Amino acid sequence: MRDVLHEPAATAAPPPGDEAPAVEVEELSRAFGSFVAVDAVSFAVRRREVFGFLGPNGAGKTTTIKMLAGLLLPTSGRGRVAGFDVYTESEEIKSNIGYMSQLFSLYADLTVEENIAFFAGLYGVPRERRGTRRDWVLEMAGLGDQRRRLVAELPLGWKQRLALGCAVLHEPPILFLDEPTSGVDPLSRRSFWELIYALAEDGTTVFTTTHYMEEAEHCHRLALMNRGKLVALDTPQALKSGMREPLLEVETDDGVRAVEVLEEARKSAPGIVRVGLFGRALHVTVEDADGGPARVREALAAAAIGVRSIAPVEPSLEDVFISLVEAAGGAPAD
Amino acid sequence: MPEATSEATPEAVPEAMVELRQLSRSFGALTAVDRLSFVVGRGELFGLVGPDGAGKTTTLRMLAGVLRPTSGDALVAGASVAREPEAAKHHLAYMSQRFGLYTDLTVRENLDFYADLYRVPRRQRPARLERLFEFSNLGPFQDRLAGQLSGGMKQKLGLSCALVHEPDVLLLDEPTFGVDPVSRRELWLIVHEMVGRGVTAVVSTAYMDEAERFDRLALLHRGRVLALDDPRTLQETLPGTQLAVTADDPRRARQVLRDLPGVSQADLFGDRVHVSLEGEGMDVADGGAQTVAAALRDAGLGAVEVRPLAASMEDVFMQRIAAAEREEAA
Repeated sequence: MRDVLHEPAATAAPPPGDEAPAVEVEELSRAFGSFVAVDAVSFAVRRREVFGFLGPNGAGKTTTIKMLAGLLLPTSGRGRVAGFDVYTESEEIKSNIGYMSQLFSLYADLTVEENIAFFAGLYGVPRERRGTRRDWVLEMAGLGDQRRRLVAELPLGWKQRLALGCAVLHEPPILFLDEPTSGVDPLSRRSFWELIYALAEDGTTVFTTTHYMEEAEHCHRLALMNRGKLVALDTPQALKSGMREPLLEVETDDGVRAVEVLEEARKSAPGIVRVGLFGRALHVTVEDADGGPARVREALAAAAIGVRSIAPVEPSLEDVFISLVEAAGGAPAD
Repeated sequence: MPEATSEATPEAVPEAMVELRQLSRSFGALTAVDRLSFVVGRGELFGLVGPDGAGKTTTLRMLAGVLRPTSGDALVAGASVAREPEAAKHHLAYMSQRFGLYTDLTVRENLDFYADLYRVPRRQRPARLERLFEFSNLGPFQDRLAGQLSGGMKQKLGLSCALVHEPDVLLLDEPTFGVDPVSRRELWLIVHEMVGRGVTAVVSTAYMDEAERFDRLALLHRGRVLALDDPRTLQETLPGTQLAVTADDPRRARQVLRDLPGVSQADLFGDRVHVSLEGEGMDVADGGAQTVAAALRDAGLGAVEVRPLAASMEDVFMQRIAAAEREEAA
């Protein structure tokens, strides 16, 4: 299943260094009336990169993607996708991208093969190439033995691989994904990401949105949007190690009351940045690793709440996400 | 896998609020839930964790008394769901994936409607709504139509409606599905608060990274329990070790590591490789890090960094599935 992916790519890869970015936007903006949905966003996605695009609902992700997909004109700024201009070449952009959403558009009452034939027609795959491409999808998705089965009968993980295959039938240089693996079991998820990395290796640039931190961990770099602006762009590792404020896990006798006490302490004196329940324990963000634990201990002791342990924990990508969103003014109310 | 149930003996928990006894449900030839047995104690936050099709929704629907078991039974707040499915209803709140919000009513009207439905005494309502608004931050939106709320806010409103009668048992079916991380954290805060006040909660999720929030959880796969324990024990008892490897050419590094004896898994995560070692056939005194680094150097891969990695719930799930499949094959 892995080897077939090394079929020569349709376009020869230029030597590294010479490559234009797959996606490049500068000061890209879009307003709807007085509401600025996307506000002067700039970034570049390298070829072969698996690029994650995150943000709370209403952050401007969908509007940005619509502009990148040639479905919506920007109000101002510049943007090129696969070398084509987002203002004047939207038709070229549409035929040079693939798109797979979590509610993929496979036809449940058609067979695997019929779905492939349908999408090959839709995407205008040249007739003489269709057989090769069909076989490639069947192999890549591991569906060779299932070609005459109805899609409705396939397990979710297989449907997702088939949907991926259909989205790249026309060999687009850029593939857009929307929460591609939500709900699948971990085994299917890993085999799905194997396929994504193999596609990236063969020259495809992958641009994915997700709310799902386990998916975000799979990306080479992550961009985070909030209130129309780009608030962070880096590798998952760098984002985690760049979180300035240390995070403590605090185990107490009474988690609910401890949150109330620390919330009060946070208002009256510095040192404690954020408090939340995490299971039975508390996750407390403090200003510095040296003074923080003592500050927490002191506040809880004053309220006669027993402390079982205080230990620093590595922030999860979700902690980083929340912290960056809050630093950028909090999530939009709706 | 009935053996797993021995880990959840009634004496491990103070008072059984939910007790499954060989609970099963078939739809035609498909066994959606296959002889589940476990006990959830009062005040416990219990997770049903597994992918789509694992049997989470079917289990919760049976516990809520809206779907009859094919065989077996469950006691919820002492009442049998097979014999008296209506009896437990005023003790429990059930939030399904498609919770019935009235999209053409406002936030406030939805809450009032559910308060009427559950016969919450009028004089208790103001205080209760105030607390629910405090949890949910929906106060400023109480005059907005439910149909005009974002996905995360709809979920919070659904949860608030389910909580309006202060139930003893809370059954939540994937409350955080498709919800962004900020709203997700708020939803969890509501659940943790309720549990902190003594409510018993059974919550399903397909997100493995939410598993750490539970007191105990059942990993479900194809209608069966793969494992049942507290998250820390599940992670600590995972055999072998996990490493994160950084290399110049991660795909080739992954291939080299897959061919190395003792490696059970090697997967790409961005530009890193996550490796699971079984510990057989190599020196694991240092967790196998040196063996792994040496193998990559021998293969001519430069700039290698090898770091230990805490086992994730996803690793636990993968290992348990593999073990269950070996058992079936034997």
